[in-house]
Amino acid sequence: MEWINAVIQGLLLGGLFALFATGLSLAFGVMRFVNLAHGDLAILGAFLAVSTTATLDVHPFVSLFVVVPIMTALGYTLQRFVFNRTVGEDPLPSILVTFGLGVVLQNLLLERYSADSRGLDAGALETSSLTINDDIAVGWFPVVILVTALVVLIGMHLFLRRTRLGRAFRATSDNPATARLMGIDDRNIYAVVMAIAFATVAVAGVFLGIRQTFGPSDGPAQLIFGFEAVVIGGLGSLWGTLLGGLILGVAQTVGNQIDADYDLLSGPLYGHLIFLAVLAFRPTGLLGSRSRS
Amino acid sequence: MSLLRVSELAAGYGDFQALFDLDLAVDEGETLAVIGANGAGKTTLLRTVAGLVRAWSGEIRFDGADLAGVGAHRRVRDGIAMVPEGRQLFPSLNVRENLQVGAYARRPGAWTVPRVLEVFPLLEPLLDRPADVLSGGEQQATAIGRALMANPRLLLLDEVSLGLAPVVVKQVYSALPSISDAGTTVLVVEQDISQALAVADRVMCLLEGRVSLEGTPDQLDRSEITAAYFGLEAVG
Repeated sequence: MEWINAVIQGLLLGGLFALFATGLSLAFGVMRFVNLAHGDLAILGAFLAVSTTATLDVHPFVSLFVVVPIMTALGYTLQRFVFNRTVGEDPLPSILVTFGLGVVLQNLLLERYSADSRGLDAGALETSSLTINDDIAVGWFPVVILVTALVVLIGMHLFLRRTRLGRAFRATSDNPATARLMGIDDRNIYAVVMAIAFATVAVAGVFLGIRQTFGPSDGPAQLIFGFEAVVIGGLGSLWGTLLGGLILGVAQTVGNQIDADYDLLSGPLYGHLIFLAVLAFRPTGLLGSRSRS
Repeated sequence: MSLLRVSELAAGYGDFQALFDLDLAVDEGETLAVIGANGAGKTTLLRTVAGLVRAWSGEIRFDGADLAGVGAHRRVRDGIAMVPEGRQLFPSLNVRENLQVGAYARRPGAWTVPRVLEVFPLLEPLLDRPADVLSGGEQQATAIGRALMANPRLLLLDEVSLGLAPVVVKQVYSALPSISDAGTTVLVVEQDISQALAVADRVMCLLEGRVSLEGTPDQLDRSEITAAYFGLEAVG
């Protein structure tokens, strides 16, 4: 029964990884953009929520109404005026620029908030849980995270499949020059993609801040989980990212379960092992079968 | 007044100059075929008019307005649509979506998915197929349909016949009259001289980035065209 519990907790944890990795996956999928500052952006979102909850005296969930618009606007602006200069065949410029941005963000956060660990207080929600039987209880908050991740990913899927702008995203991803011949401003598409990526990572960051304490330098560690979710699932595939996040979550909690018995490795290491196994045996990821030209 | 007027245009890629001092004018409703050998600058000309290649110097005017500094996506809104060489369909999109994305600029006009299917009935059963599993002719029909969905005033066709069987080329070109009858101006680039002569009101031959011959199909005789095409001195 404790194993079933570990899997269930892992799936719930995976929801956070999936939500966090959605923006990475989208930016890579549409414009081959590798954002090394993604983890730092989640932490930035969490700190913005710290300021918002303190200033307005509101619940962290309510702070999303302030944090998400700020991050969305920041994503659009950064892409339009900075990142767009790095988009192209070669991913190296984007890697260098976002690496630099990550360092800048970490130092700005350190300057503004000090190195102290912070947390976001979501009140009773953090501890309330749904008891399924004597051995298994699921926390409401992890359920909220997983449901949010599912809503975001299903919403993205419908947006990409069903809407005019979604078609433009896919066309631009296939071939930006030809997309321009359709009247699509690829530079603007990229900015909208990054705005969406920043919005989702802001939500993930606030959830992360409720779930655990965080400091200005915690971004890169989160980034690793995000990349692992994206790579396990398959580069550029949103469903793959969901699957990758869930697998990573289960690997970690089941790993912790093994750890409790044998004291071998810590939970995240089991996630890393799954990631390495996928890289070794299925480098395109579980759902990333299609090669893009 | 000409719908498209190109004056003293120079353009190229990197250090390579493909077009020299090129002048060209297309009247509204006219079909102009640009012929020439590989590397004559035909595709560069179309890509410069579409806005994918930046003009080094000279001027491109569309409906009287200077296109300098106007991006390719804005030229579509102005009414210039292009069928690129090699079709360049979007593989992630099915045929219907490829057609729909052609209407992204939301230019008003008569072209809709049903209207495109009237001109290319072969696409009807293929609408839900991914674009990359189609045959060459089906892909070309989709690419032309996609460009028409923009309701262009000026349609640029780049090497429509390239890589297609002659019977398929004929089939694809048979759609051209219904396009130009709707008032659309067509600038077609073609290596296949007889195809170009068959569809065009006027023919222009490029040789190494310069105009080597110009005239209506009935004015020009074959030897003249051959000479202009290959750069041979006209015989005595």
